[in-house]
Amino acid sequence: MNPVPDILRILPEVILTLTGVAVMLIDASLPPGFPRRYLGMAAAVGTTLALWASVGQLYFPQGTGFFGTVETSAFTIFFHVLICGIVLVALLLSLDTLPEDSHHQGEFYALIVFGAVGMCLLTGAVELLVVFIALEISSISTYILAGYRKNTGSGPEAAIKYFLLGSFATAFLLYGVALIFGATGTTQIYEIAHLAPTAQNHSFVLAGLALMLVGILFKVSAAPFHVWTPDVYEGAPSPVVALLSTAPKAAAFALLLRVVYEMFPSLHSLWSPLLWIVAVLSMTVGNLAALRQQNVKRMLAYSSIAHAGYLLAAFAGLGTSGIAAASFYAAAYAAMNVGIFAVITLVSGYDEKLPLIDDFRGLIYRSPLLGSLLIFFLVSLVGIPFTGGFFGKFYSFSAAVGGGAVWLAIIGLLNSGLAAAYYLRLALAAAQRPEKKNAEAAIPAPQVGIAVGAALLLAVAATLVLGIVPNEVLRAAEAGAHTLQEPPAQVNAPGFSVAQEPKP
Amino acid sequence: MNAINQSILTLILLLPLAGAVLVALVPDRGKLPNWIALITALVTFGLTLHLPAQFILGQGGFQFVVNRAWIESPAIFYHVGVDGLSLWLVVLTGLLAPIGVIASWNAIQSRRKIFFSLFLIQQTAMFGVFISLDLMLYYGFWELSLVPMAILIAMYGRKDGPRAALKFFLFTFIPSAPLLVAILWLYAQTGSFDFVTLQILIAHGSFPAGPLCWAALAFLFAFAVKVPVFPLHGWLSDTFSQAPVALAMVVAGKLGLYSMLRFHVGLFPVQARAAAPFLIALAVIGILYGACLALVQRDFWRLLAFAALSHLSLIVLGIYGFTFTGTAGAVYQILSHGVVDGALFVLLGVLYDRYATSQIAVYGGLASKLPQAATLFVITSLAMIGLPMLNNFVGEFLILSSTFTGVSRGWAIAASLGVILGAAYMLWLVQRLFYGPESELTKSRPAVDLDDRELAVLWPLAVLMLVMGLAPSFWLPSIEQGMHTPQWKESVVLAQPVSALPSLSISSPREGQR
Repeated sequence: MNPVPDILRILPEVILTLTGVAVMLIDASLPPGFPRRYLGMAAAVGTTLALWASVGQLYFPQGTGFFGTVETSAFTIFFHVLICGIVLVALLLSLDTLPEDSHHQGEFYALIVFGAVGMCLLTGAVELLVVFIALEISSISTYILAGYRKNTGSGPEAAIKYFLLGSFATAFLLYGVALIFGATGTTQIYEIAHLAPTAQNHSFVLAGLALMLVGILFKVSAAPFHVWTPDVYEGAPSPVVALLSTAPKAAAFALLLRVVYEMFPSLHSLWSPLLWIVAVLSMTVGNLAALRQQNVKRMLAYSSIAHAGYLLAAFAGLGTSGIAAASFYAAAYAAMNVGIFAVITLVSGYDEKLPLIDDFRGLIYRSPLLGSLLIFFLVSLVGIPFTGGFFGKFYSFSAAVGGGAVWLAIIGLLNSGLAAAYYLRLALAAAQRPEKKNAEAAIPAPQVGIAVGAALLLAVAATLVLGIVPNEVLRAAEAGAHTLQEPPAQVNAPGFSVAQEPKP
Repeated sequence: MNAINQSILTLILLLPLAGAVLVALVPDRGKLPNWIALITALVTFGLTLHLPAQFILGQGGFQFVVNRAWIESPAIFYHVGVDGLSLWLVVLTGLLAPIGVIASWNAIQSRRKIFFSLFLIQQTAMFGVFISLDLMLYYGFWELSLVPMAILIAMYGRKDGPRAALKFFLFTFIPSAPLLVAILWLYAQTGSFDFVTLQILIAHGSFPAGPLCWAALAFLFAFAVKVPVFPLHGWLSDTFSQAPVALAMVVAGKLGLYSMLRFHVGLFPVQARAAAPFLIALAVIGILYGACLALVQRDFWRLLAFAALSHLSLIVLGIYGFTFTGTAGAVYQILSHGVVDGALFVLLGVLYDRYATSQIAVYGGLASKLPQAATLFVITSLAMIGLPMLNNFVGEFLILSSTFTGVSRGWAIAASLGVILGAAYMLWLVQRLFYGPESELTKSRPAVDLDDRELAVLWPLAVLMLVMGLAPSFWLPSIEQGMHTPQWKESVVLAQPVSALPSLSISSPREGQR
């Protein structure tokens, strides 16, 4: 029946898992003094392979595998490629910036790769228990990574905070899944979509959706579920934040798209106003709080909350245009945010001796390359045309206008005006002349290694491509949106269907 | 020749960008970045001269047009072209670029690569604004033009640079949000960002009137801040007093004024006409207010800023008088003002280089020490005042006389007072800087008159002022070509007789606002 072997449906995940396991095993068998950098390179190679494997999945017909639990479609491939790309950049970034003598380097690289497994699986899962497992794989890896700098005060604090709040949110999600299962008797997303409108216990479905939304919105750090973000970003090492602020969010947004557009299109009138409110709250809270920050990472944490709001604006769009806009925004946001955190890692250093905006003063005089790149990414975050940030916002707000949410677009645009103020504060600090002549000499210019250079190049290229020739990416996002709108015909994989289980 | 005409605008647009990339790649050694920037700017200027040479006067509409699909969804086109309104502005931008490079030759001491790269990107953005005929493309360049400017003000500006840069950026960035909404609304109504298409559709009345009015207002607001029009001028004096000379001179005024003419008056003639009485009033207030404030400034950059406010307001008056002569005069005046302001910026930059202060009071008696600078300064000041046979006279005369005959005598007389005040503050400035007894400051510093580099910049500008004053007929026919299109003729100038505009009497000059 199914011409595509199941294993090929999860090929990228398989490759990533094997890479992660191999990295851990080799790490254990290497002598203590042996440089662990090579493990990072191996992880990067594995991630690249996984990326290619995702692209290769384009040649399969769209469909599900493993008894209708995972799917490959243009939508999943779009997010697979995006997540693998982010993870690759984060790995390259860590390769050059992790100190040679730091502990558990092998585990660090392995955890990043395992996190990627979870995130990739999350975008492909069409069964709620697999969704939950994927979410846990990705979350647990990131909890550990957030506390990687054990010997600082803020590192463990970040990890504990993230872990406690994160588990709480996941519990919400799981409870929501349980209620939905109770109402419909299945955990398969297409079947829920089919059964939900006629479910007897409709209030269970509603409560289930609401609880799931809480769990997912926590992961994308949308207000009012955002309080963990600044502390975690501040405490986690910058290369991890580059990953943390983009990849899990992209995965969670993919899940959110799947939940609202594929699982509960029938409840559009319910979730649409909810997401409207969350979008407005996120933008406004994020931007207002960011205005007052002195610490660059905290500022960018609040900025990422605001960006979650801009992305959520796309959910006001109708079907395809909304999904495509949200996917595109996820890509654009990832490109520029990974880039800016790469620059910040290099400038602040791994141990973050220079965390404040004032410390960035005169950066362009100290290191013209990094200064220019910082300004470039900030310009993209502001949303100036010819950068990815512009078209991201553009598509998101046009989707909102297309869906009739004109006020959302206007609030969003006013917010981007507000946001320009704090992005510019950092950009102008970097452009400013250093105060004293000797201050310039006291701080050595950061060195840009080959791996970091490649990471930065990738981020710059992605930001520019998305801003100048976005046609291809947009087409991919639209193709993904179509597959999400029209689920494959052969939902019931042979042999097993959860829906046929007797109801309790 | 046809192939060149097809690609000339794209070349003009991309050449500075290529130069910027090249500057960024070469090592920062000696004057290498300066030379690359200069050569790029000169070649670009040479290319812009191709436009008037090949421009066909008898042919209405846009010329050198390129229209290619760029982004599929939404349908954004790479649609560029020039007509009489934008033709000479492109050339002026081309002319000011090498002058800007030379003016910053020694002023920029460190990080030359970044300066010249961004300066050239700024050129691309400005060319883009002048030649774009797709609203989205236009908006892209409009926004892009803010970035290099803000960074350069922060990096190379004077003491208070970063604050001025932030002010400049936010003042112009925030009003462009409603502009974008308005553009998107037009797109949502028609499925097109194309200027020509939209112009026809709006003229045929295929839009709901209420929202269209708001859209026109959003356009107007964004442009009025950029010009700036009277109550929105908060950023101008800070930018002028903090920005590096080369930047202040290349951006002053023309982007906003051109946009008003093309995208407000050109796109929404009916709404613009409805707004005209307000704008005329604000323009006259701006002329007088700017001139009065210029009189009392102690800092010559700020004096220049308020003088610019006064002159730019005069151009706004010309645009919103809705007369054929007035519009032509306004375009001519944009060009003149660009040349004169450029020369003034260079000259004051020379003084600032030599004496490191912009306080007028500490200068005095420079004429005997810097005779060449004094000569050129006097010529430029006379041009600024509007002395006949120099360039500003032509534009001012066309605007004021058309206002007098076609709009309202009261406003015309009030605006003419601004010209008198203009003579007062400029001549007083010349007197305080160059004549009278030598001050402590000028005695204490060695006198260094203009060097060859500065002379090479200033004399061509001075000659140009004279030529533009003597032979306006060389420029005016091609400017008027821009108004010979059917759209412009029918919907903008002739659809309603000019006398139908509310006339304003001297006794109650504010009557027309209501």
